[in-house]
Amino acid sequence: MSLKASTNLEKVLAAGQFALTAEIGPPRGPDAEVVAKKAALLKGLADAYNITDNQTAVVRMSSIAAAKLVLDAGLEPVMQMTCRDRNRIAMQSDLLGASALGLRNVLAISGDHQRAGAGGKLKGHPGAKGVYDVDSMQLLAILKGMRDEGLQASGDELTSRPAFFIGAAWTPLGPPKEFRVTRLAKKIAAGADFIQTQAVYDVKAFAQQLAQAHDQGLTEKAAILPGIIVPRSAGMLTYMHNNVPGVVVPAELTARLKGASDPKAEGIKVTVELIQAVRELPGVKGVHLQAIEAEELLREIIPAAGLTPRPQV
Amino acid sequence: MITAEWKPIPELVGYLRGHQKVLLLGCATCVAECAAGGEREVETLAPLLRMALAKEGSPVEIITGTLERQCEPEFIEPFVPAAEGVDAIMSLACGIGMQLLAERFPQIAFYPGVNTTSLSLREAPGLWTTRCAACGDCVLGETFGLCPVSRCAKSLLNGPCGGTRTSGSCEISEDTPCIWNLIVERAKARGQLDRLSAVRRPKDWSNSPAGGPKRMLREDLRP
Repeated sequence: MSLKASTNLEKVLAAGQFALTAEIGPPRGPDAEVVAKKAALLKGLADAYNITDNQTAVVRMSSIAAAKLVLDAGLEPVMQMTCRDRNRIAMQSDLLGASALGLRNVLAISGDHQRAGAGGKLKGHPGAKGVYDVDSMQLLAILKGMRDEGLQASGDELTSRPAFFIGAAWTPLGPPKEFRVTRLAKKIAAGADFIQTQAVYDVKAFAQQLAQAHDQGLTEKAAILPGIIVPRSAGMLTYMHNNVPGVVVPAELTARLKGASDPKAEGIKVTVELIQAVRELPGVKGVHLQAIEAEELLREIIPAAGLTPRPQV
Repeated sequence: MITAEWKPIPELVGYLRGHQKVLLLGCATCVAECAAGGEREVETLAPLLRMALAKEGSPVEIITGTLERQCEPEFIEPFVPAAEGVDAIMSLACGIGMQLLAERFPQIAFYPGVNTTSLSLREAPGLWTTRCAACGDCVLGETFGLCPVSRCAKSLLNGPCGGTRTSGSCEISEDTPCIWNLIVERAKARGQLDRLSAVRRPKDWSNSPAGGPKRMLREDLRP
């Protein structure tokens, strides 16, 4: 099988190894050392690291710059790009720049609406003008067109073709549920090579959606990496269940953390169990781990799940 | 209809402070339908402004009127005598009517009394919701008659983002339905979900406000 961008992530998946991606959120300041510190903390634990793009519509160091810092620290980034802040001209220009800097994994997402503002914890910029010139599906198609045909969205030719390993997000349990598998199929048809999902806690419900995707042959066309957000308390699970669209937390899981004498330790245990449970599902090719504002927990979780050392490919 | 909303009273008072005599003009069409700038609103707002200005020691004489349609020159003409005696005009019409009025009386200070907000439907008494973004490239034929350009917070063209809430609402507000949820529902009811399975190409925004000010010329209708 010929590789599209020969990134470490792509090679791990091509080798049939269970892939692992983690997340590094850029700081709300110009501090390269903060990024380097997080990178050093997580080095060797994952095959690639997602660099978020102004998540929850809060201004942070750009994903391109942070991804380059992570690359320089010897880790492989997955540069996220949302449709909220750039039109198709800026997107393609930034993608060419990213490619020139050696960034090869790109994840295309709609992005939280500018009204999100960190869920009310920060002011954010609710008065900003959202762009949404193209949607995430169209951005995937643009990425694929640049890579495979050497063309801009307009049809103008690029002087050379950027190599991208193209990622997309999937919210399998969001309404309308009957359309979510179709939406996954569309993303794969548009250009997605790998898929990272919204956090999975209800493995049974996820398995049902995944089975449909598997039956349609989608799990052979793109590598699906279920997302898991490390839970640290019952309150955090309740918050996500009630406030984060597409995240469904079974009541017994919340009760389990509530009853735990050390919720943090229990959360680590839960994460390890979730990794093992989704790993059993046909069509799952890896996991995407997020320990939001608590990246150090991944140093415990990943070895405990038997996922170290990472494959050398 | 075109909808509008009153600007905050302190902003209006700020505009009128220092003027002697002001003509407050409403419009009996869209802005009357959405209860922002019709005769009733003009007659409600005028005393509020008089009181607020008098209270801060800068009383202003405010005379009122309401045109049938502020966006048609012939309806403005009867107000020419009234306008000649004032040193400011405030309009409660939409931005179109406002500008025609300001154009007719360029020598008189002009102020907006409302913010023009949307192309909406009166969905229920006292509730208006957006139906159109005047994007210049209508997609309703692909989306079962429901507009994702104006009714999806992200103007998505390929289905719902991950922000659809369990209730079927949009991530921006529990009060805003996810239009893609409704589009999928309607497609399903029609037995045509497959019509939503193709990837829809990026939209051509050049015929929308993003393409620059619109100038629609119909040679066949020119004098």
